[in-house]
Amino acid sequence: MLCGEAEACPVVITTRIRLARNLAGHPFPGWAKEAQRRTVLDLCLGALGGVPQLRGAVTLAMDTLSQTEKLILAESHLISRELMESRPFAGIVTRPEAGCSIMVNEEDHLRIQLMQGGLALEELWERASELDQSMEGRLDYAFSPRLGYLTSCPTNLGTGIRASAMMHLPGLVMKNHIDQLVRMVSQLGIAVRGHLGEGSAAKGSIFQISNQQTLGEDEESIIRRLHNVIDAITEQELNARQCLLEENEPQLMDKIGRARGVLQNGHLLSSDEAMDILSLIRLAADLGLVPSQWRGRADRLMIEAQPGHMQHRVAAELGATRRDVLRAVQMREEFAQLPALTEVTGVANL
Amino acid sequence: MAESHKCQICGKPATVHLTQISGGKIHKFDLCDECAHAKGVTDPDGYSVSEANAGKPVAHKHPAGESIVCGVCGITAKDFKKMGHFGCPSCYEYFGPIITPMLEGMHRDIEHRGRQPARSLARLALRKKITLLESVLSDAVAEERFEEAARLRDELGALKDQLQDQIS
Repeated sequence: MLCGEAEACPVVITTRIRLARNLAGHPFPGWAKEAQRRTVLDLCLGALGGVPQLRGAVTLAMDTLSQTEKLILAESHLISRELMESRPFAGIVTRPEAGCSIMVNEEDHLRIQLMQGGLALEELWERASELDQSMEGRLDYAFSPRLGYLTSCPTNLGTGIRASAMMHLPGLVMKNHIDQLVRMVSQLGIAVRGHLGEGSAAKGSIFQISNQQTLGEDEESIIRRLHNVIDAITEQELNARQCLLEENEPQLMDKIGRARGVLQNGHLLSSDEAMDILSLIRLAADLGLVPSQWRGRADRLMIEAQPGHMQHRVAAELGATRRDVLRAVQMREEFAQLPALTEVTGVANL
Repeated sequence: MAESHKCQICGKPATVHLTQISGGKIHKFDLCDECAHAKGVTDPDGYSVSEANAGKPVAHKHPAGESIVCGVCGITAKDFKKMGHFGCPSCYEYFGPIITPMLEGMHRDIEHRGRQPARSLARLALRKKITLLESVLSDAVAEERFEEAARLRDELGALKDQLQDQIS
């Protein structure tokens, strides 16, 4: 049941590895003056141009992007919300098809980020590590033998690694077990956040599970510990789903059935409500209540139904009501063929 | 009758009397209203006797940590408390006294056990050596020790080639 395949292990939606790096002898971006930020941006972009793993990558200066374009990058998880609001002279080098992006002048000079569907921590670490080594051949990193990679915030000090998994946990949410989960994993040095990371709410029962500590352990140990916790959470989530089916079947079926009704008949749909409803369709696919291909559609729409993507699709800035109308239209079209739920006796995926 | 105190900054009659314990020592300080306000005494988080004592922020290390200023980027302990971020990589050297207890509560341990950027470190060591040799060379030229200068120039050239080779 626990595996690395996204399709076979639907609880983990994506995995991500992020490394924080800074250049020796330069002030951190938050404290640097504009000219110093410009120097760092030029140095980094110049060096990244020669990195083999980034051949064919797109380089974007944040100052040249519109608010909608920035929003699309953030909704696609290629940049952080912080970079969207950043001061002048920030940038991104990205190969979206490889789930790879490097932010320049965010909180640190460099934030290397690799992302992949399903649970793939070890594989991603290997790729991140190779990319980091290529970059290190061209840039002088700020490093102390005692404290490790020096970062703007001491919470990232040492390895500078933040490994995380985006997990879909509707079973634990419906069973009201999330608080208990947060308490349990925080004792193990693991953080649970909403799907957009630090400070965000958990929409659509999607949570980001990541290591909190970066100093005092090597990267492999950090990843191993996180992997064990993710496996344990996955098992609890699947148990919670089984429990819901056994103890609250009519309520669960009703919830999912109503979600289907809103998708096929709604006329106003906020992005928060869309996330919650798509989350239920994802759950229905996992439980075998609707054919499994609807899971992929729900996953795609969780990103495409966000405000930036909506505005890009119609090539216009939209007010909230207009967005909600268009979102409802999009859902009616996308889910017109979604079949009625099959009987629970057909459930075999647990 | 109690002894009347003067402000230790401007000499006016002191109305604010402070006692601060730092680094195991007791420091007493007297200030007038104006100087107390100017030094931020009304803000208990943002004041240190040593700051006021010097009439300007004390540079570099202080046992209590409160008055540390990074000698490279100029960020103060107060700035760090406010922002939660340091100003530059050298802050980790200057803020040593306040960092260790903070890291103990934050991380698994306070010693790095992960990977090391070997090539970055080798290049940084090489750059330091080049800077040092350049200053020795300039002294040799100024003092007309031309034979030594020629040898240093050759050595520098070799080091610079080595550095270039290391930038892959």
